[in-house]
Amino acid sequence: MSNVATTTTMPNSAHPEPTRRDMLYLATGAVAAVGAGALAWPFIAQMNPDASTLALSSTEVDIGAIPEGQIVTIKWRGKPVFIRHRTKKEIEEAVNVDVAKLPDPQPDSARVKKPEWLVVIGVCTHLGCIPLGHQGPYDGWFCPCHGSAYDTSGRIRQGPAPRNLVVPDYAFLTPTKIKVG
Amino acid sequence: MSGPSTYVPKNAAARWLEQRLPILGFAHDSFVAYPTPKNLNYWWTFGAILSFMLVAQIVTGVVLAMHYTANTNLAFNSVEHIMRDVNWGWMIRYLHANGASMFFLAVYIHIARGLYYGSYKAPREVLWILGVVIFLLMMATAFMGYVLPWGQMSFWGATVITNLFSAIPLVGDAITTWLWGGYSVDNPTLNRFFSLHYLLPFMIAAVVGLHVWALHVVGQNNPAGVDIKDVAKDSVPFTPHATMKDALGISVFLMLFAWFAFFVPNYLGHSDNYIEANPLVTPPHIVPEWYFLPFYAILRAIPSKLGGVIFMFGSIAVLFVLPWLDTSRVRSATYRPLYKIFFWLFILCVICLGWLGSQPPEGGAVLAARILTAYYFIHFLVIMPLLGLFETTKPVPASIADAVLAKQAGQAGAAH
Amino acid sequence: MMKRSLSLGLIVAGLAGALTVSAMAEDAAKAAAPAAHEAAAPAEEGGGHSQPQPPRNDWSFAGVFGHYDQAQLQRGFRVFREVCSNCHSANLLAFRNLSEPGGPEFSEAQVKALAAEYKVKELSDKTGDIEERPARPSDHWPAPFANEIKAREANGGALPPDMSVLAKARSFHKPFPFFIFDALPGLSYQEHGVDYITAIMNGYRDEKPHGAKADDTLAAGQSWNEYMPGYKIGMPKPLSDGAVDYTDGTPKTVDQYAKDVSAFLMWTAEPKLEQRKKTGMRALIFLLVLSGLLYATKKRIWSNVPH
Repeated sequence: MSNVATTTTMPNSAHPEPTRRDMLYLATGAVAAVGAGALAWPFIAQMNPDASTLALSSTEVDIGAIPEGQIVTIKWRGKPVFIRHRTKKEIEEAVNVDVAKLPDPQPDSARVKKPEWLVVIGVCTHLGCIPLGHQGPYDGWFCPCHGSAYDTSGRIRQGPAPRNLVVPDYAFLTPTKIKVG
Repeated sequence: MSGPSTYVPKNAAARWLEQRLPILGFAHDSFVAYPTPKNLNYWWTFGAILSFMLVAQIVTGVVLAMHYTANTNLAFNSVEHIMRDVNWGWMIRYLHANGASMFFLAVYIHIARGLYYGSYKAPREVLWILGVVIFLLMMATAFMGYVLPWGQMSFWGATVITNLFSAIPLVGDAITTWLWGGYSVDNPTLNRFFSLHYLLPFMIAAVVGLHVWALHVVGQNNPAGVDIKDVAKDSVPFTPHATMKDALGISVFLMLFAWFAFFVPNYLGHSDNYIEANPLVTPPHIVPEWYFLPFYAILRAIPSKLGGVIFMFGSIAVLFVLPWLDTSRVRSATYRPLYKIFFWLFILCVICLGWLGSQPPEGGAVLAARILTAYYFIHFLVIMPLLGLFETTKPVPASIADAVLAKQAGQAGAAH
Repeated sequence: MMKRSLSLGLIVAGLAGALTVSAMAEDAAKAAAPAAHEAAAPAEEGGGHSQPQPPRNDWSFAGVFGHYDQAQLQRGFRVFREVCSNCHSANLLAFRNLSEPGGPEFSEAQVKALAAEYKVKELSDKTGDIEERPARPSDHWPAPFANEIKAREANGGALPPDMSVLAKARSFHKPFPFFIFDALPGLSYQEHGVDYITAIMNGYRDEKPHGAKADDTLAAGQSWNEYMPGYKIGMPKPLSDGAVDYTDGTPKTVDQYAKDVSAFLMWTAEPKLEQRKKTGMRALIFLLVLSGLLYATKKRIWSNVPH
C-alpha cells in the first residue's frame, strides 16, 4: 500500500491521479456499496405484503350449509376460492379418468382431502380469469375468456390453460369447518 | 462550461453514443473535469448534501405514497398503518418526516454560507435568485406535506396558512375558497395538497438543474471571493477532490440525520399531530414546524392582517433583490470586518425570531418580535447598501493561490 | 488545513464518543433522575403558580439501547384491559400485535383465545345484517362505545380519547434551554408522553392543588389533578391499590399500575421502537466507519494540494 502511495505521489504535480488499487479507496468504495445495498432492502421489502395483509391470509369457512352439488365461492387473499360439494356422479367422473392422458396428469385423490369436498382457487391457470361453474364439456368449470374447460376435479381438459386449478393449503378443523391458508 | 469538451471517449460504445448524444462529455465536463476552487471549505459541501437530501426525500416520498391514502377519513390511520404494518414503513416515514427538517437545516446553512461569502454578488445573481425560488418551492412542499398526516397540527396549520390569503383585498375570500375547494379545509383540500406535494419536488429538481447549470456557467464562489484566474494554480478537478470531500460531508451529515430519525424521531414534531384532525377543536397553541418559526414570528409581529402577510412574504422577497442591495465591491466577509459583525447579528436576529415564533404572542414577546422584524428588514434595506459605501475593507488577495499561501503563512506563524 | 481537518476529526470523534458514552451517561442520568426530581419539584412549587412537570421515570425503553420490558407490557395490558378499555378505545391496536416481536409477546394461541372472548361486528354475507362474531387475531381491539356521541353520553359529556398513540400525542413543554438537551446524544429524553400519563394516574388529589387559582371549583364529575393542565380532569380516578390482580408478585399499587399501563401505551404508540433503535445503532456505527474511511480517502487525495 505504501509503495503504491509513493509511486503515485509525483512531485510538482497539482493533480495526482490516485492508483485504483489503493486499498483505502477499495475499502471506502466497498463499505459505501455495502451501505447502499443494506439501505436498498427496506425500500424493496416495503412492497411485500404488510403485516395486516399477512394476518388475513387464512380464512375459516363453515361448509356445513353447502348442499350437495353446489359450489360456494369465498374470498381468500383477494382471490375467489371454489368450495364444491360434489355429488356421487361428479366424484365418479373425476375418479374414472385415464390420468396418464390428461394435459396435467394428477389423480383426483391427490386433489381432495375428502372425496365429497373439492377446494380449488378459482383462477384460470391461463391468464387469471374466473371460470364459470357447472359449465363446459366436462361438467366442471369453463373459462369464458379463452375457452379452457376443467373437469369436476378442477383439472384442465381442453383449451389453452397449462395446468389444473390450484388446490390451496386447507385443513378440516371440524367435519363442517375448513381453514383455508 | 465554455469551449469544446475535453472528454475523450475510452471505447467504441462511448464514442458511438457521444456522436449522437454528448451526455458523457457533458457529465465529464460538469462533474469530473470541472475546475473547483481549491480553497473551498466544508461549508461548500452543503450543495451536495442538499442534492442528496432532495433525492432522499423523493425516494422515501414516492414509497410513502404507495401506502398513504389522501382521504380525511383514512389519512391519519393510513400513516399509522405505515408506521405499524408496512415492512420498514416506520423507518421510511421517520426518514421522510425528519428528512424535511434536515433538508431545511442544510438549506439554511447553505443560504448563510452564501450570505457570508457574498455568493449572491455579480455575476451570480441569477444563480442566487434560482436558489431563492428553490427555497420558496421547498417551503410550499414542506407545508403541504405536513398537512398529509391529518393530525391536529396538520389541519390547523393548513387552516391558518390558507387563511393568510384571505388578507388580500377584494379577492381574498374567493382565493381562499378556491384553495380549499370548499368552505373550510376538508377532503378536497387534502387531495389537492397531496397531488401538489407529489408534484412540487420534481419542480424543485428542475430548478436545481437550472441552479447547477448557472453555477457551472459562472463558476463557484469561494472563501476568498476572487474568481479562478489560472485553472492550474487556483483549482482542482471536481473529481476526485470535490466529490470525495462532498461524500465526507454527506456521510457526517447523515449521522445527524440518523440520530434524529432513529433515536429522537418525534423531537422536531409536535405531539398534537398524533391526535387526528378535529375541525371543531383548535389546539391551545398552534405552532408551525421549526423551520417556519422565524417567518411565523414576523407574521404575528405586525398588528394588521394584510400587513403581517406582506411582511412575511417580503422577508423572503427581499432576498431576490439582495444582489443589488449589497453595494460592496468585496465579496467575502473574510475581508469585510464590519459586515462580518452584521452577518452574525443577522443570524442571531433570525434565531431569536425563531424562538419568538414558538412562544405565545403575549407581552414582551410581541415587542421583541417587532423590534427583530424591523431589524431583519433594516439589515437588508439599510445596512447592506450603506455598509458597501462606508466600510473599510481589508486587502483582497490577487488570486485563490495567493489566498491559500497567505492562509498557510498565517497558520505557520501561529504555530511558531 | 490542519485546523479544519482537526475540527472535522473532532466532530466525527465527538459523535463516536457521544454514542459510546451515551449508555453510561444514561445510566448516570437514570441514577440521578429521581434525586433531581425530588430537588426540582419543591423548587417549582415554591415558584408559586407554575404547574409541576411530570416526574421523570426510569423506563427500560428509554435511551439508545432501549427495549420494552415484556413482563411490564403484559402487566400493563392487564391494566389496560381491565380498567382503561372500559371507556377508552384503542382502534389501531390489533389482537395480533400482542403476539408480534418487540411487544408483550403473548403466544399466538393466547392471543387467539383472547380474541375469541371479544365480539366484533361485521356485515354478514348470509343475512346482509350487521352481526356479531367472535374476534380473530387480525381484528382490531373493539371500541367500548359505538361512536363519539355514545361515548360522551356515557361519560358525562367528556370524550375518553383513543389510546392507540396517546403516549405520543401527549407531552409537556420544557423551558429553554432544557428542551434542547432532550435532543442530544447521551441526554436524549423522548419519554414526555409516558411520564405525563404516569403523572396523571398518580396526580389525583382530594384537596385543591397549590397552583390552582383560588376561585377555581370543580364541575360535576371532575377531579383535582396535580399534573393535568389547569389542574382539573374529567376522568374519575381510574386506579386504586389492588384493583388489578398481578400474579407475578409485582406490587399492586397505583404507582406500579400507572407505570405498567404507561409502558403498555408507549408500546401501542410505538410498536417498532426496539427495531428502530437497533437499526439506528447499526446505521450510526456504519456511518461512523464510512465517515472515517472517507476522511482518510479525502485526506490522501488532497495531500499534495495546498488549500
